[in-house]
Amino acid sequence: MRIHFKTSYDHDIRLFPDWWSFLVYAALVAVAVALPWIMDDFYLGEVTNVLIWAIAGLGLMLLTGQTGQASLGHAAFLALGCYSCVIFMEQGLPFLIAFPLSGILTGIVGTLIAIPAIRMHGIYLAIATIALSILADDVIVLMAPITDGVSGKFAPMITIFGIEIERWTTPDRFYWLVLAITILCTLAYRNILRSPLGRAFAAVRDSEVSATAMGIHIARTKAMAFGISCAITGLGGALMGFYAGAFNNETFSLVISITLLMMIVIGGLGSIHGAFFGAVVVAFLPQALSMGKDLIGGGSVAIPGLETGVFGAILILFILFEPMGIYGRWMKIRIWFELFPFARKDMFKRQKSYLKTERLR
Amino acid sequence: MDVLQLLVSGLANGCVYGLIALGFVLIYKATEQVNFAQGDFMMLGAFITLGLTNAHYLGLPFWLAAPLAICIMAVLGYLLDYFVLRHLFGQSQTAVVILTIALGFVIRFVAGAIWSHEPQTLESPLAIGDFNVGGVVLGMADIAVIVVTVLMTFFLYQFFQRTKLGLAMQAASQNQMAAYFMGIPVKRVQGMIWGLSGAVAAVAGILFASKGAIDPNAGLLGIKAFAAAVIGGFGSLPGALLGGLIVGVIEPFAARYLAAGYSQIAPYALLLFVLVFRPHGLFAQVRTKKV
Repeated sequence: MRIHFKTSYDHDIRLFPDWWSFLVYAALVAVAVALPWIMDDFYLGEVTNVLIWAIAGLGLMLLTGQTGQASLGHAAFLALGCYSCVIFMEQGLPFLIAFPLSGILTGIVGTLIAIPAIRMHGIYLAIATIALSILADDVIVLMAPITDGVSGKFAPMITIFGIEIERWTTPDRFYWLVLAITILCTLAYRNILRSPLGRAFAAVRDSEVSATAMGIHIARTKAMAFGISCAITGLGGALMGFYAGAFNNETFSLVISITLLMMIVIGGLGSIHGAFFGAVVVAFLPQALSMGKDLIGGGSVAIPGLETGVFGAILILFILFEPMGIYGRWMKIRIWFELFPFARKDMFKRQKSYLKTERLR
Repeated sequence: MDVLQLLVSGLANGCVYGLIALGFVLIYKATEQVNFAQGDFMMLGAFITLGLTNAHYLGLPFWLAAPLAICIMAVLGYLLDYFVLRHLFGQSQTAVVILTIALGFVIRFVAGAIWSHEPQTLESPLAIGDFNVGGVVLGMADIAVIVVTVLMTFFLYQFFQRTKLGLAMQAASQNQMAAYFMGIPVKRVQGMIWGLSGAVAAVAGILFASKGAIDPNAGLLGIKAFAAAVIGGFGSLPGALLGGLIVGVIEPFAARYLAAGYSQIAPYALLLFVLVFRPHGLFAQVRTKKV
């Protein structure tokens, strides 16, 4: 077991607690960069899908995991990011400008939507965001002159400094692009967490009353969280559009919103690892299911609702037996080994809390 | 006549929304949890009745099958609380929200696996035909829906206001710890309320299935019922009914008088409007504590 002996406050907020963890993550990045030479194109595409889901998940994680506001409407922001990026590019902007611009636009719209939404909390916010997700579908159809409505749009070719990047013809380049954006988003996320703003997020999540007492402006913090969360999600949405190649009003449905939320819960709320673990589950579940079906012999029969049904069942099991998600289980196993033989069962016991009504405040 | 016809069909639809919303409100009133799977409960209740009644399946007489289905759903609701939700005791509301959404997916999948995804109709004695009252066409099922909904709202309201168990349920939601000290078996009370809301969902399902065909995705109707519950103010039973009626009436009128494309967003736009300007609904249950 490694012991961190802290001699200054900077040690508390360093990006990596020590050289060892830096080396581990550097090795991980090196393997990720080398992946196109190791894997064939099909699996590379799947890994790209994982990374894109992870970016979208990071966005929602910032809101739900860090700030404690559950949103069921993030598919709307995925759609906004996707449509705005493609429309900017159709207007002649290069990808390198259109892409960040779509993120910023999504962030601004997210903040504007958040201003009335932050007056609600808990279930009211969840319901309002559900409505938002449903409205997004109809709004895309209504704005058909810009969005092409039901017939949908095709993602254009990405060109960066003369290098052409496309999902099907050059999957390795597309993978590297997504990987770079993933790393940037992760670093940004990590840096937000160690800034005063990130601390404010955690304070709002843990107790709004004590956060106010510490001088945090609750409404402003929540609006910031919403904005940043939507911006990252918008970037993920833009990449999702390029990955899918074609998209219309039904691509970003309520089911995507719910899947995104379930994904970060399965991965582990409140951790960056959680977004990635959850993305792996979401992206590989269909493959695993079809392999399972092949094993039973019902290979070609399509069972509607099977994917979401199994996904739901996995989620229920996680909430019941491992509320901290995959990352929580991973931490427990790691700590058990690090403390061997001193780990005890009660170490991770949750404190009991009792419900008091929200209706009388 | 046109307006009257739209109003009647809207009211009948609204009552179904109101009934589902009643299920949400019951659970919210007693446990402060929100069951996002209530719409799927409704669908399951409808399919259980269908499975018992239709000649193609068991072929029981409707008046035997309907109470049986209501009992089955009540037991399912209680068991759900016993095996799943009780273990979430002390976790955040969000955990319950996500869990019940996942549950909805599972129920939809199971119902699809058992009864297939084809729309089916319930062989219900309520669906016997239409009356023509002065130019307004009234379905027998519509009348049954309206009557049953009003009666149920009335009795549930009385139940919460007057009976010992109803008061115990309210107490358990307001302060669990204090309720324990007063000798209320909080966990069992919560189980009962889930059972009760399962029964209400079954009633809603039977009535809904009498009005038309159902398929496993009928549970998505639950989202409109949310709008109803929010508009009425979560936690108020008459409010849920009123919210349901508002949503139900708005829909046919929006479809008739608004441009295509705008009509189906009307209930959700109203929902957002209410959430922004009256976040706790028309019958607000939130009162600021006076010091």
